[in-house]
Amino acid sequence: MTATAIRLKTSALNPAHAVLDRYQPAGEPWLHAVKQGQTLRIEDLQGNQAADVIFYNQHDISEHYSATQTMLQQGGIYLTTDSVLVSNDGNAMLTIVADTCGRHDTLGGACAAESNTVRYALQKKYMHSCRDNYLLAIQHADVGITKRDLVPNVNFFMNVPVTHTGDLKFDDGVSGPGKYVEMRAEMDVWVLISNCPQLNNPCNGWNPTPVRLLIWD
Amino acid sequence: MTDFAATLDNPPAHAPVDVPEFWKRFAPDLAADRVLWSDILPGGAHWSALMPRGSTLRFVALDAGVNLSLMLFSAREKLERYSMPDSLKAQHTAHYTRGHVLMSDMGRSLASFTADTLGWHDPLGALLDAPTLARKYGERNFETARNAMYRNGRDGLLIEIGKYGLGKRDLTAPVNLFSKITVDDEGRFAFVPNHAQPGDYVELRFDMDTLVAYSSAPHPLDPRPDYAPGKIGLAAWRSGVAAADDYCRQFRPENARAIHNADQLYLM
Repeated sequence: MTATAIRLKTSALNPAHAVLDRYQPAGEPWLHAVKQGQTLRIEDLQGNQAADVIFYNQHDISEHYSATQTMLQQGGIYLTTDSVLVSNDGNAMLTIVADTCGRHDTLGGACAAESNTVRYALQKKYMHSCRDNYLLAIQHADVGITKRDLVPNVNFFMNVPVTHTGDLKFDDGVSGPGKYVEMRAEMDVWVLISNCPQLNNPCNGWNPTPVRLLIWD
Repeated sequence: MTDFAATLDNPPAHAPVDVPEFWKRFAPDLAADRVLWSDILPGGAHWSALMPRGSTLRFVALDAGVNLSLMLFSAREKLERYSMPDSLKAQHTAHYTRGHVLMSDMGRSLASFTADTLGWHDPLGALLDAPTLARKYGERNFETARNAMYRNGRDGLLIEIGKYGLGKRDLTAPVNLFSKITVDDEGRFAFVPNHAQPGDYVELRFDMDTLVAYSSAPHPLDPRPDYAPGKIGLAAWRSGVAAADDYCRQFRPENARAIHNADQLYLM
C-alpha cells in the first residue's frame, strides 16, 4: 500500500455488544490491555478532540508503536482505513479497520509542560499536558512502562499536513461529533491514551472534550 | 585515507598515535587552534561522540548521495533525548536547515543548525533496518565479506547507544542529515536523489553536553539498487556557546526559548 489519502469506512460493530464501553473525560489518561483479535474504537464525541495514543507489546515493553516504521511501511504520513500501526521491530501491532474521520496524525507528538514553555511561553509550564497524563498512568499502573518509553505517538482526529516546501501545518477541522476510528489488535497490546488537555492551540478546538472508548471481542 | 578494511597491518610500536589531520582535507577554513578532533566515517559505518556545550560538529559529504542517521541524548541525563515531534511542531517544519534547533523532550535545545549548504535535511526519522536492507540489497555478512559487509542504520545506532546503557526502547526517530524527503498532498513520501554532493556540509552547535550517535548507512527510501553508502568527514571544533544575537536564537521565538531553557542548565 502506498497511498495514504483519506479512506472513509463505517463499521458494522454494534456498541450494544461491546465488552467495554467507557466515557473518557476531557484531559484524562487511560492505560488498558487490548488482546490480539479484539477491536478498539475511539469516538470523538463532540468533535475536534485529539486522542494521543501509544501502543506497547504487552509481553515485551521494549516493542512499541513506531511512528517512523509505520510511515515508512505505508510510504506516507497520514493514518486512515487499512493503515497498519507498525512497531519498532517492524511487526504489525494494530490495523485500522474503520474510520469515519479519514485522517490521523503521526508527526505532531504529545504536549508536555516543557514543550509548552518552548511553543507558547515559559509561564505555561504549570498547565496540564499529555505527558503528565502519560506519566501519571504509567506510575500508577507500574507495569514496566517508564518515561523512556514515551515515544512519538499517534494523534487520532488531528490533521497535521506537510507542505511541498517542507513546512508543518496544524490544519485540523477534519473530525466532527460522532466520528470514530476503529482498529483491530494484531498482538496483545497496552493502549496508553491521553485525552489531550491542550488549551493553547486549536488541536482540541480550544475546548478539550470527552471521547468514548469501546472494545469488542 | 586509511581504509580500515584494506589492511591488517598495525603500525610499529614506536610510531606516534595515528591521528591524521583529516579536517585539513575537507574543512581547511577551520582555525587550527580551535579544532578538537576530526574523522572520516566510511559509508555504512557507525560511531558516537560526547560533545560539550559550546562545541560544534561539522559534517561534510565526501561522496554524492550520502546519508547520516543521527540520534542525540543529553549526556548528563540520558532520559532526556532529541524529540522529532517536539522539534517539528515547535518550529512548524518538516525539514531542517540553518536556524533550526534540535529540541529535547524536556523543552531544551540540544543542538542548533548554525551552518548549512544544502537547505534541507530530513527530520522524518526513517531508519534502515536489517530486514529492509536484506530485501533491497541482499545479504552480505562478515563471514563472506569481512568489513565490507552491509551494515544497517538501526543496528549501527543500537550498537552506539548500547555503549551508554541505552537500548531499542530509547531509539526513536533519528535525523537524517544530507537526505531530502518531500511529502505530497496525499501524504506520500518522495525521495530526492543525489541531494548532497561532495563538499556539501552542515554544522551542529551543541547547546548542551550531548551524546551523539550516528550511522552512515543508506536512507531506507534511497531507490538506488546498489548498496553504496558514501563517506562523511567530521570535524569537531571549539565554537563557543550561542551569543545573545545568535542566528538560531533569533530564528523563531520558540528557538529563543529552547536555547534559553538549555542556558538555564549551565548557570552554575
